[in-house]
Amino acid sequence: MGIRACLNVYDVTSGKNLDAKTVSGASIVVIASGRTATQLRRTSARRSPSHRGDWRLAVILILPATAGFCVFAAYPTIRGIYLSFTNFRILSPPTWAGLANYRRLFADDVFWHSLRVTVYFVALTVGVGLAVSLVSAVILHRLTQSTVIRGLVLLPFLISGVVAALVWQWMLDPGLGIINVVVKAVIGHNILFLGSQGWVIPSLSFIAIWKSMGYNAILIFAGLQTIPSEIYEAGRLDGAGEIRMFTRLTLPLLRPIMAMVIILTIISSFQVFDLVAVTTKGGPANASNVLPLYIYDTGFAEFNFGYALTMSMALFVLLLAITFFQMRLLRANDSDTT
Amino acid sequence: MTTTLVGETRQASRPADQRRRRRRIPVGKTLAWTYLALFLIVTIFPFYWILRTALSNNYTLIRHPSSFLPVNFTVGPFERVLGLASRTQAIAEGGSGASINLALSLRNSVIYATALTVLVVFCSLLAAYAFARLQWRGRNVIFSIFLGALMIPGIMTLLPNFVLIHDLGLTNTFAGLVLPGALFSAFNIFFLRQFMLGFSNDIEDAALIDGAGSLGLLFRITVPMTAGPLTTLSLLTFINAWNDYFWPLMIASDPGVRPLTVALGVFQQASPETQPDFAGLMAAALVAAFPMLVLFMIFGRRIVNSIGFTGIR
Repeated sequence: MGIRACLNVYDVTSGKNLDAKTVSGASIVVIASGRTATQLRRTSARRSPSHRGDWRLAVILILPATAGFCVFAAYPTIRGIYLSFTNFRILSPPTWAGLANYRRLFADDVFWHSLRVTVYFVALTVGVGLAVSLVSAVILHRLTQSTVIRGLVLLPFLISGVVAALVWQWMLDPGLGIINVVVKAVIGHNILFLGSQGWVIPSLSFIAIWKSMGYNAILIFAGLQTIPSEIYEAGRLDGAGEIRMFTRLTLPLLRPIMAMVIILTIISSFQVFDLVAVTTKGGPANASNVLPLYIYDTGFAEFNFGYALTMSMALFVLLLAITFFQMRLLRANDSDTT
Repeated sequence: MTTTLVGETRQASRPADQRRRRRRIPVGKTLAWTYLALFLIVTIFPFYWILRTALSNNYTLIRHPSSFLPVNFTVGPFERVLGLASRTQAIAEGGSGASINLALSLRNSVIYATALTVLVVFCSLLAAYAFARLQWRGRNVIFSIFLGALMIPGIMTLLPNFVLIHDLGLTNTFAGLVLPGALFSAFNIFFLRQFMLGFSNDIEDAALIDGAGSLGLLFRITVPMTAGPLTTLSLLTFINAWNDYFWPLMIASDPGVRPLTVALGVFQQASPETQPDFAGLMAAALVAAFPMLVLFMIFGRRIVNSIGFTGIR
């Protein structure tokens, strides 16, 4: 059981958290590694005689990774926390500012507005996106095992957010975009998808969903494949209909993988940057000024690195809280799968 | 007599039953196929639209916004974004006249993504081997600490890493671009270690008896056995590096270093608001996406299966 949990994790997370921008893998990873620890100890006891000189080689082998971990993961995190308490404008050394940045954070209307916008974006992307992915995965699973179709579904995952942003900006263009040509033919006037305060977040969220729905569908598809078909046969013998089997069998059995996909999407959505930076740059009138964009602007337009890092800290804490909350859910769900 | 009768009525009722069921299933099936077709169209149509626009003349594009085929077919947009067309030629086809050389950025992207992939996969391989196949004190503790790095979201380390690279004087260099991600990736180490844990000790013991050292074991036994996961991991790392935007945007604004994603953003902002060079932009987008599409054509099955592995397990 422990081993299978591990494998599920490593496969499923494979695409997304290579750049360690997603926390989610971690939650599951930690659980999984905890479980295998006992097995490791058992093997180590048995093998020790032929491995006496191993530690010397081990030190050499983990040296590059350890250096990378210390210099580019641990140190920046600690330094980031420190710098968030300073007044730091990159060209001159930081000066201690105590809680000034944090006080500004609580009084900063733009920050709270930005947080609201981000949460709205995340809620839409996760809610609608996962519903679409789930339905697509179930239908895909029922209809075809074709690798070609699954490959096509995956295409948007392969392109950069910048490319996705450019093509959708073109297709949603108020004058010439194909979508607005169609919209105009149907309702008589065009819609400023990326240029009006009401539409901009739903439109951006749609682009984000377009980019991730195939990937998420394939993840869920993989989860569906782990459900043994005997369960459905048993369900059919008991006289359960399609919808009943979906709600009573498929959904509960998918819960662990759904929980993982949800947290992956939540965390990557909170860090959305390229989509917004390319299409709207936060406009119109801050309506799409998501938190990562505001942080970037504070750092690179105002050169106020101290405050930018304070806001990163806030986002960090928020994401940590979500991860721990989700970990609880995942643990609770474990019993369902076995 | 009666029994045959019963049998006959049963047989008679069965086809009717099947017919009813057959009629009911196709409705659901047709709906499902319709949904899938729609899903695929939404997924793929933008790719077609990139191609269609990129092969159009930007001036005449305005008059036929809904034409499904390229308007006044031309490869001009590609020439213009790859720096092969002169300024007058570019303007004649509706380009902005802004100088753009994606060929250079293409080179930069190849250098950045390749260097990053080779380095981080190699370093992760070494570390994963130490964690999976060697016995040493503190192994599990250090591994857990490494895994903790997965909890740190990118946004937290981006700014301090920028400050660090800036302090080292490495902004606008490939070294600065690659370094933060080149040595350590918690996920890669976890991924490879997980795979190596499954190897049986017998092969290693046999090689040890044959006189191979631990390092020989790594390169002669473990690496060949890990070839599959190494390829998958390299592909995913390469795709991620190729598509990365936030980090290169901070560190590499110089045309000699900046990768395609950053160059695309700059090109888009240089495009005039009144009449953007949509054909040029789409050609540029295609140049940026094309290598990934080629990779996908070659390794598609591997990529799809790496995401769908759980199913086979």
